[in-house]
Amino acid sequence: MKKKLTTVAFNGTEEQFKALDALIAEHKGQAGALMPVLQGAQGIFGYLPIEVQKHIALSMDVPLSEVYGVASFYSQFILNPKGDYAVAVCLGTACYVKGAGLLMDKLESILGIKNGEITADRKFSLDATRCIGACGLAPVLTVNEEVYGRLTPDMIQGIIDKYNK
Amino acid sequence: MINNVNDLIKIRDEYAGKIAFRQGQANADGNFKKHVLICGGTGCTSSKSVQIKEKMEEAIKAAGIENEVQVVLTGCFGLCALGPIVIVYPEGTFYSRIEIKDAETIVNEHLVGGNPVKSLLYFETVKGDEILSLNETAFYKKQKRVALRNCGVIDPHCINEYIGTNGYLALAKVVTEMSSQDVIDTLLASGLRGRGGGGFPTGRKWAFAAAQPKGQKYVVCNGDEGDPGAFMDRSILEGDPHALIEAMAIAGYAIGANEGYVYVRAEYPIAVNRLQAAINEARSQGLLGKNILGTGFDFDMFIRLGAGAFVCGEETALLTSIEGNRGEPRPRPPFPAVKGLWGKPTIINNVETYANIPQIILKGADWFTSMGTEKSKGTKVFALGGKITNTGLVEIPMGTTLREVVEEIGGGIPNGKKFKAAQTGGPSGGCIPASKFDVAIDYDNLIAEGSMMGSGGLIVMDEDTCMVDLAKFFLEFTVDESCGKCAPCRIGTVRLLEILNKITEGNGEMEDLDKLEELANYIKSASLCGLGQTAPNPVLSTLANFRDEYIAHIVDKKCPAGVCKNLFTYKIDLDKCIGCGLCAKQCPADAISRTDYIAAGHKLASMSIDASKCVKCGACLPTCKRVNAIYKG
Amino acid sequence: MENMVNIKINNKEYSVPANSTVLEAARYAGVEIPTLCYLKDINEIGACRLCLVEVKGARGLAAACVYPVNEGMEVLTNTPKIRQTRKTNLELVLSAHKKKCLTCIRSTSCELQKLCLEYGVDEDHFVGNNNEYPIDATTPYIVRDNEKCILCRRCVAACKNMQGIGVIGANDRGFDTHIASAFEETLDKTSCIGCGQCIVACPVGALYEKDDTQKVLDAIADPTKHVAICAAPSIRATIGECFDYAPGTDTEGKMVAAMKALGFDGVYDMNLTADLTIMEEATEFLGRFKEGKNLPLITSCSPGWIKYCEHYFPEFTDNLSSCKSPQQMFGAMYKTYYAAKMGLDPKDIFFVSAIPCTAKKFEVQRDYQNAAGVPDVDVAITTRELARMIKQAGINFRDLEDEKFDDPFHIGSGAGAIFGATGGVMEAALRTAAEVLEGKKLEKLEFEDVRGTAGIKRAAYKLGGAEIKVAVVSGTANAKKLLNAIKAGKEKVDFIEIMACPGGCVNGGGQPTQPAVVRNNVDLKALRASVLYTADKNLDVRKSHENSAVKKLYDEYFGEPGSHKAHEILHTKYVKRGL
Repeated sequence: MKKKLTTVAFNGTEEQFKALDALIAEHKGQAGALMPVLQGAQGIFGYLPIEVQKHIALSMDVPLSEVYGVASFYSQFILNPKGDYAVAVCLGTACYVKGAGLLMDKLESILGIKNGEITADRKFSLDATRCIGACGLAPVLTVNEEVYGRLTPDMIQGIIDKYNK
Repeated sequence: MINNVNDLIKIRDEYAGKIAFRQGQANADGNFKKHVLICGGTGCTSSKSVQIKEKMEEAIKAAGIENEVQVVLTGCFGLCALGPIVIVYPEGTFYSRIEIKDAETIVNEHLVGGNPVKSLLYFETVKGDEILSLNETAFYKKQKRVALRNCGVIDPHCINEYIGTNGYLALAKVVTEMSSQDVIDTLLASGLRGRGGGGFPTGRKWAFAAAQPKGQKYVVCNGDEGDPGAFMDRSILEGDPHALIEAMAIAGYAIGANEGYVYVRAEYPIAVNRLQAAINEARSQGLLGKNILGTGFDFDMFIRLGAGAFVCGEETALLTSIEGNRGEPRPRPPFPAVKGLWGKPTIINNVETYANIPQIILKGADWFTSMGTEKSKGTKVFALGGKITNTGLVEIPMGTTLREVVEEIGGGIPNGKKFKAAQTGGPSGGCIPASKFDVAIDYDNLIAEGSMMGSGGLIVMDEDTCMVDLAKFFLEFTVDESCGKCAPCRIGTVRLLEILNKITEGNGEMEDLDKLEELANYIKSASLCGLGQTAPNPVLSTLANFRDEYIAHIVDKKCPAGVCKNLFTYKIDLDKCIGCGLCAKQCPADAISRTDYIAAGHKLASMSIDASKCVKCGACLPTCKRVNAIYKG
Repeated sequence: MENMVNIKINNKEYSVPANSTVLEAARYAGVEIPTLCYLKDINEIGACRLCLVEVKGARGLAAACVYPVNEGMEVLTNTPKIRQTRKTNLELVLSAHKKKCLTCIRSTSCELQKLCLEYGVDEDHFVGNNNEYPIDATTPYIVRDNEKCILCRRCVAACKNMQGIGVIGANDRGFDTHIASAFEETLDKTSCIGCGQCIVACPVGALYEKDDTQKVLDAIADPTKHVAICAAPSIRATIGECFDYAPGTDTEGKMVAAMKALGFDGVYDMNLTADLTIMEEATEFLGRFKEGKNLPLITSCSPGWIKYCEHYFPEFTDNLSSCKSPQQMFGAMYKTYYAAKMGLDPKDIFFVSAIPCTAKKFEVQRDYQNAAGVPDVDVAITTRELARMIKQAGINFRDLEDEKFDDPFHIGSGAGAIFGATGGVMEAALRTAAEVLEGKKLEKLEFEDVRGTAGIKRAAYKLGGAEIKVAVVSGTANAKKLLNAIKAGKEKVDFIEIMACPGGCVNGGGQPTQPAVVRNNVDLKALRASVLYTADKNLDVRKSHENSAVKKLYDEYFGEPGSHKAHEILHTKYVKRGL
């Protein structure tokens, strides 16, 4: 899995960095704190750009390469901001057997982006995810927290339209 | 605060009635006439069960019966395909696929009017005029719920309901009556084996860690359930989090540890929230922390979130991840029981394993060994998925046959298709073909069939599943999830996948089969961790059981199941086609056009597919369901 | 008596130390088990799986490099299964390796190549797609070619575990795992210090020094250029390894002869400017010590250390000695004093240094290193590059008659000679400082406390009535420890010698590569250093201030140590880089 690096400019705020400093202070001296700090930082900034990782590396006295090594290892850490609407297609076994791949094809053609990309207006991002456990509803996709189940490709346009108003 | 065993028993006695009520004892709850249990598992939550609960409470209030009816959001009932699920006790009426608008109907007709809403009941529970309870359905009848016993029964947010099921009494027994050796002896006698994959005897693991010199030790729970399709650990965390807390405290007592970590997938937000809430509650009640039940035993525990790496289900990778690093496994020995988390003796068990332990302590090793087979005791939870009617979670005694699971509990294969194979053990496992349908499921039998128990995913496949494609699917998963540390897994799985791609694309040669086997066996024996050591299993087991299918792909350049896109084309039977043109509208590639051939008896000219334009997406197929003129050839 | 256990290796019984690994135990049995990722104490990760052996009763095969022995253990290292496993392993590694072996810089010294030959692999047995990576040649010192990388992670371990730096690491996951800096930044954008320890750790040709030999050859071929070279103290102790001499062989005479054969106009000994450095640095120390200013004084010979200090401990840059390194002093002196004396235009002088170090390639490009208005040193070539030039020129090194360095820069004292080993600079400085402070000749020249390959050495000496606390550090991870202790007020030192590379220059990043089997079993640092200490012992002049050539330099040009002129030409400035 190769992590995509972002091409959009960083627009972090002072408040976000304050929150990050508070988070780091909370974990000070705690063994194994890098993961929870990265998870918290992603919660604050939405993704983990170099500006944020550098700040974490310096504040926690960890080499930046180690921070990035961890960030690029786990699939939940994203280096690319998510769209306002993060569309995720489950490609777990059940969903796969029930045609989730076709949902992905359809989304790629409707949104004009590939798996792992974000639309130019930052409105939609598209990702494949591992099993989210809603196998009884297969195939499923999620848009942010919203889950859509028992889908067929012809239902995709309707879902996207809902968010495209 | 629960300061001693008497406090605990007082609560147990107070709440035991509620639990009995939900087992059908109509007069057991002195306060309420009815309990409405709504599934709050991930599946049902995603289909709005929380909103249904709110709506129902509203309607109950409106009907003025809020003092007669208790509404409870529980963990998962298991029948996820039928969600959202609502059960009404004491009769145990079972509503399936409920929508928000149904809430009022159920309240008015059933709770107020006393007449179950037949149209909303799970069809299997309606036998003419008779309405069966949930426990009488084929899905539940053959099950034996030990690890899942409280899922769908209690409110996971209420520690008292858990105590009402004799919760924390095992911990109480351990810290007041048993030595750490007694605990380990009981586990050894129970024959409990790890439910997360390898099936290593739990008691032996604990004994190793207990034998290490006194000092800092850790109890770790592996909740990084990652096999595609398996979600039993999540269900336990969501439905019965206190069982895990109690078991880990027992483990701490047994090995001499006072700190525990639960490593949970971050993809399980509901489970994480409920577990955290349960830990907080246990702590505030004094069941975690210092001087538990006044015995001087200290134990506390913390949650660590995974971040999306399947390999972290491997125990050494999990420890490396908790330590804040890339989740790369480390060589064993030293084993975690000797040198684990931060170099200290550590035991690691998965959620389901822990969930068995309080029961074993309370009911004794003999009770546990009365279930199961000679070397596999107790029960196992499986997540049924794929081409099976009742997808969901089931817990069966070890030794139940695959046929019973699929045909009886699982309700068989839908659409009149034939059972072809079952895949167990996820990406580490293999396929059990129809010829072995009567295999009694336990650790050793599955390994003998070239598969493994794994964490309990059970994917059923019918004749439409291509076994080469299936092997490819699992291998794609392992290639994606390989950590990249050791060469055999990092490079070997990719080369294996490339050969499979070559075969499914129609470019395979017979020598490729030898190369697949050579490489697969090498990766198995040379990889650093369990992920790599088991990654080739799907290939080896499909090769062993479905070699013909591989040969068909290579020699005949055909995919018998019609899955591998390069090895078939879509065609239209000109004489069957009625010329409605729906298929052409669906086609994303404009590959379908009208011919000038009008079949006998039809009004419109037939359609035909231009094979050179067709992308084989299959979108045309459903449009022709009625006429069935489109076929793979 | 060491704890021993009885084990069987290939059906024969042996008694081996209880704390050994199977790999170590096998050596007692005369069995060499192949490895690619294992570096003792530095990288013990069991990742390459080449050292797999059969252990009776164990589940699956065991990685010998990390598998501990135990009583009664039975090990098989040479079964058909093991041989096949190793062969398949190598074939897989080759399937993901850029096989440009004919022209690879590590051809014939490549550990992978050697094993492939031994196991008779088919290099095309597995074929498949591989990731493409750009070559990173952005720094003046290190080139990374990830398409040759086999992901043994020895470089990462050298950078992070050994040097405590960690500007490279494993990025991404699975088949996409690769070694790089964070966010795929090129090395020049990082706080890499250029020590080159990653290069000497690399078993293959994925890492190598930026080759500057063509620049040197061009200069030699240019009739308008006066081309001179000076040899750093340690390279005479190591260059023999490139010509199949055993580590620890002194080949000074042959090295000088080879340099002359290459056509340099002057071949000189850097031991001379090592002595010059001592004169300046000892004077600087005495001055600071008297004033109690900017103490501890920290040596500045090691450019890797300098860059480390500037990046990671900028608050200590004022503590650095302002002395240029011996290499830079040589070039500066040559292009000023000697150019004037010989009537040469500094612009026409091409000054080359032959050094054990990759960081020197960065040093030659630094600011404040151009006393004559042109760079003090034009090109710094490593021991490996020098050996390559000698081979390319068809010079039969082993058959050369010993020759001597050219006048007038041929004299180096024993103090200068030991500069190449950790503690050498300190000992050299102490010899001079002691005699200046005490005003009388030392009875014993050896300062044993600062010798040896330990990472941090401490000593205190009573000199001129005052106690001087010194510390000697090699390896930047150790420097970090000491500097943090000083920062925290836990430690007080007056004078510190710091070398970026563990063991000092004898173990520099520009030194000949040695395969893991040598690195794991031979104390290279001590062996190579012994050449320098032997040379010191055998020399008549063993103190920098007694070096007649140095005296002459001061008499004719610089006046006295620490003079204004000396400062202009022999001293430099630093920058605070930060991270």
